[in-house]
Formats: sequence, C-alpha cells, structure tokens
Amino acid sequence: MNEPILKVEELRTYFDLAEGTVKGVDDVSFSLSENEVIGIVGETGSGKSVTAKSLVGLIDKPGRLAGGRVFFKTPEFPERQKGGYLDLAQLQGDEYTKIRGKHISIIFQDPMTSLDPLYTVADQMTETIMFHQKVNEKEALDIAVKMLDKVGFSNPRERVHQYPFELSGGQRQRVVIAIAISCNPEILIADEPTTALDVTVQAQILELMKDLQAEFKSGLIFITHDLAVIAEMSDRVMVMYGGKTMEYTDVFTIFEKPMHPYTHALLSCIPRMDQKDQVLEPIPGQPPMMLNAPDLCPFLPRCPRKLERCLKELPSLIHAEGHYIRCFNPITNGVSHG
Amino acid sequence: MNDSGSKVLLEVRDLQKYFPIKSGFLIQKTVAQLKAVDGVSFTIDKGHTFGIVGESGCGKTTIGRTIIRLLNPTGGNIFLEGEDIAILKERSLKQYRQKMQIVFQDPTSSLNPRMTVGQTLSEPLLFHGMVRSKKEVEERMSQLLSSVGLKPYHVDRYPHQFSGGQRQRIAIARAICVDPSLIVLDEPTSALDVSVQAQIIKLLKELQGKLNAGYIFISHNLSVVRYISDRVGIMYLGKMVEKGDTNEIFENPMHPYSKALLAATPIPDPKTRRKRKELLSGQVPSPINRPTGCFFRTRCKYAMPACEKEYPQMVRIAQNHSVSCHLYSLGEPEKIVEK
Repeated sequence: MNEPILKVEELRTYFDLAEGTVKGVDDVSFSLSENEVIGIVGETGSGKSVTAKSLVGLIDKPGRLAGGRVFFKTPEFPERQKGGYLDLAQLQGDEYTKIRGKHISIIFQDPMTSLDPLYTVADQMTETIMFHQKVNEKEALDIAVKMLDKVGFSNPRERVHQYPFELSGGQRQRVVIAIAISCNPEILIADEPTTALDVTVQAQILELMKDLQAEFKSGLIFITHDLAVIAEMSDRVMVMYGGKTMEYTDVFTIFEKPMHPYTHALLSCIPRMDQKDQVLEPIPGQPPMMLNAPDLCPFLPRCPRKLERCLKELPSLIHAEGHYIRCFNPITNGVSHG
Repeated sequence: MNDSGSKVLLEVRDLQKYFPIKSGFLIQKTVAQLKAVDGVSFTIDKGHTFGIVGESGCGKTTIGRTIIRLLNPTGGNIFLEGEDIAILKERSLKQYRQKMQIVFQDPTSSLNPRMTVGQTLSEPLLFHGMVRSKKEVEERMSQLLSSVGLKPYHVDRYPHQFSGGQRQRIAIARAICVDPSLIVLDEPTSALDVSVQAQIIKLLKELQGKLNAGYIFISHNLSVVRYISDRVGIMYLGKMVEKGDTNEIFENPMHPYSKALLAATPIPDPKTRRKRKELLSGQVPSPINRPTGCFFRTRCKYAMPACEKEYPQMVRIAQNHSVSCHLYSLGEPEKIVEK
C-alpha cells in the first residue's frame, strides 16, 4: 500500500465540564491512504463524530485537543512540516481554514442544518469556492454548476439559484456533497451522511459517494452507526466504543473474524434482512457513562470475556499483521458471522 | 389455536384517512385532500405480529394511529375482535381503549417528565378500574417493572433518571399494564442504539409470548421488521402495494417497489456488496398530488400504458401473498381479486 496521506496517532479530545472531564475521544489511532475508505462505526457517544471534528479543528469550548498527533500530507505551511507531514493538532485558530474545506472537507448528517436557509445554493457554493481558489464570481458559479452536475442534478444552471427549502432531503445532501468536493479535497469526511434519509435515497447517495470517490481518488472517512452501510462502503473499519479504538482492520476480517468481544457482540445483535429465523443475542447493560470514566476498558461492565486483569488496567492498542485490537482476552478461534 | 372461537384479532378493511388542506383567512375552504391512508386492508391473528414498512410519508404512522382511534378514520372498517370500532362514538369506545395500546418512537417525549414511573403506570390502571386497593397497585407495579426488566425501586424515579433504552421499557410497561390484546409499536427501536435495540426487540417478543397480544410493528427498518413480524405489508403513498408472510415477501418480492426497497437496503456483509442494478431514481411524489393510475409508475421501470389509467387491484398470487401491480393483474383471470 502506498504512503498514507493522513496518520492519526493517539488522538485525545477531552471536554472539561463543571461535573468533571468527559474523554470524548481517548486514544484513537488510524491512517488513511489515497483512494481508500475508512469506516468508523460505533454507538451514540462512542466518539466517532468528535474524532471527525477533531481532525478539522471544529472542537469548541469546553472541548480541547488533549493530546495526539494528526499528520497530514499537504503543501500548506511548508516551514512547519516534518518528513512531508504537517501536524494538524499544532495548528492554531484561523490556520485551520487553509486546510478545512480545501484539503479536508466534512459532510454532516442533517443537510437542513448544514445549509443556510437564507442563502441560495449558488451563494453558499461560490462562497467556499472563492475563499479557497483564485477565481472571480462568474468562474466560481461555473464551478458550482459543474459540481451540481457531477452530483446528479438534472438542470444545474437553474437549480443553482434555488434555496435549500425548495430541495428534497436527498437533493440537499447532494448540494452539501457538491460543496465538499468543489475544491477537490484530498480527504472527505462524511459524518452519518445518509442517516436522515430514506433507504432508497440513501442508496442513491451512497452510490454517488462511491462514484465520486473513484473519480477524485480522494481518501474517505465514513462515519456511521449502521454496520450494513459500513459493510457496503469501507475498505478498512475502525470500531469505536467509549471514545476508544477497540478494533481496526480490513472490512472482511471485521465481519467474518472479529477478535474483539465488543465487535463480536455488536454483530450478533443486529437483525439481518437476509437471514431467516435469526436468533438475536442482545448485549446486556447500557453504553458507558463517559463522565469521569475510569481508565479501564469501557466495554468491561458488559463483556462476557473479562479477566481479572481487565479490572486493574487498560489494554493498549496492539497489532499483528495490520489487525489492531484493544483487548486482553481476544477471540482467536475464528468465530464466523458469514 | 385459540379457545375463544375466531383466531382473527383485527381486521382492517379499506381503511381511509384523509387530511383536508385548507386555505383562506376567516372563511376556510378545503382546497385538497392529503390521502395519508387510502384503502388499506389487512388482518392480524391473535398473538401475531403484522409489520408495516415504507419510507417517510407513506402513511404507516397514520395507519397505526387511526386503528387505535387516536385519529378518526375517513372511511373503512376496523374490526377488533369482531366489533367495528371505526364507527363507535367516544363513550362506547372507552372499553376498547383498554384493549389497544401504543408505544411511540421517542420515549423522551412520550413519557410525562413530571410523573414518576409509578404515577405513569398507575394512571391507566386506575382509569380502567383494573385495581381496587393501593396494595393491589403496588403488587401490579412491581410485577410490571420486573416483566420489562426494571427493578421495583425504579418506581419513584422520573424519566430523566433513565437511559433511552430504560425509558422505552417504561413506555412498554405502560402499554402492557392494562392487558391489551393489540399493541401498535410505532418505530419503537428507531431512537435506540443497536445494542439496546436488540434488548427491546427481544423483550417485545418475550412479552408477546406471555400476553398473546397482537402487534402492529411500524418501521422503516426492513431488517428489524423481518426479525419480528409474521406477516408484512409494504406501503407506498398511502396504499399497501404488497402484503404476505414475512419470509415470502423478503425472499420473493413481487411488486417493483418492494424489489427496489429490498435492493436498496444494505446488508452487513461485505461479501454481498451488490451492483445496484435496481436503484430507484427520483423521489417519492407529493402525497397531495399523486400521479394518475398507479402511484409508483413515475419511478417504475416496468411501467406500461395500463399503469397510467387505473390503480391496480390487490390480487392474491399465492397462499398468503398479495400484490397490487398490473404486471400480475392483467390478462391472468385465474388470479383471485381480493375485495
């Protein structure tokens, strides 16, 4: 595999609240290559969205980047680079705007809130394009129209002057995608991009994202709680729980031979449309409370494979042959989910 | 199967629910009808589950609410244990209210934040006169809480002290506390995480075994519907386009919309990544201004001239499998047209 364009190492994002500290992201590591899709999957509060926002400097107070490195291969800030990589975690305030939107774009879940209802599609698209590229308004509009055409609008010249409320949910998400790819970013982050959509529209948007990714050869970080969508989209998968990377390997291994007890439990509790007379095995208990969580494995209270050792210390993320796992007692005898 | 005669719990016949769209200041005129539910028929046996699936705006939630008379039907019949409750007046409806209960999607908004679990659960018991003494209330309460997997000491707590999954357990306890024979489950797991969703689905199945209640399970999630339902109906723009036994529908879908819906649903197995040949184009037309003839014809790749003229009748194509599509109803007189 070629050299990664993004290397995230031991990323930590903490939120300081009056009641204590919430470790929203606590020791997350992964890398992304050109033309690769990384799927990040986890339940509510597992830290997947916070991870995405941390990468592009969108963490607001009371949150803070508490540690880790985000190495990104980019021509920006050549004087600060080390070995061809820029550490995004070191950027301050406005410096992120040179990266965000131009080199790394992010797509959020709900297109109604990420688009401004008072401005036309043209206004919102040309704003981004003119901010990052040296073009005048007319050229920017031409780029906008070209992008709308790429994301599947039938008559983009006219549609570009519409307001978000004149578009359906799927079309709005297409506009958001058009804005995100308008500066030809090296990395696209999609945070639950299809969760607010109906399944037939979701299928259209997923297909569109696959096509665009193949065309632009960008790296894609795809975040979702839906394992089926992960299976559909990803090359490699990172499973998160309680702010931590639990398991991280290629998509086939995750679904066929998961080693982490949490991944295994998660796969055993999803109903499957393709299976008859399936038996569900729910995970007992509740997802963890993140406030002042102990420095132990977050899955410990619900884990059927816990050891004495798990009560004393936190396992670190270890790897063998590209299979990363955080567990003292992983499943090694190949439990199949096929 | 069941000792008390018929095993049919609920028969819905040609149910309609229209919402008038009004216009004008002072003098309001009805300018159009939104036909949210437009002639839907199905039956549920005692202790069985009927799943209703469809995308947003197809009328699945309206069906559930109309059947238990939270909304008044515009037309059609709803036979609950043989009695047509569609035409009953509010006063005579009271005895049937106890027999039909509902669980909503979001337990945070369906539970009163200012009532403790005990107050929430005792209100229906007292209203329907199902308990006589305070002691009886307490007994019933701890029994209810344990049957949904909560602890007796939870009785004095408020909804905000529980997690989402636990709140949904409270909402389920409230629904089952009056021994209903029909429970409408309107997206009961859609607001929950997958690990908690599985707990709730399992709980619902267990309770059904104990109570012998019929479920109407409404969801947009085909996988969950397949898991829990005995029979399934697929809705599109206020009409049921196909209905039948769950395995039959999922393994042998006949209606072009059902096929597209199943093909569009991703499966959690990277080996089965499909080339999306059946991808639907466009979007659902406005329910106020539906196409003439078959409503699906604007997106259907099999559309033919007949589809523009009239809406296809529901025809039975196999034992327990009916579909409403001209592909199956034209030129084959031996097929039985359902009334």
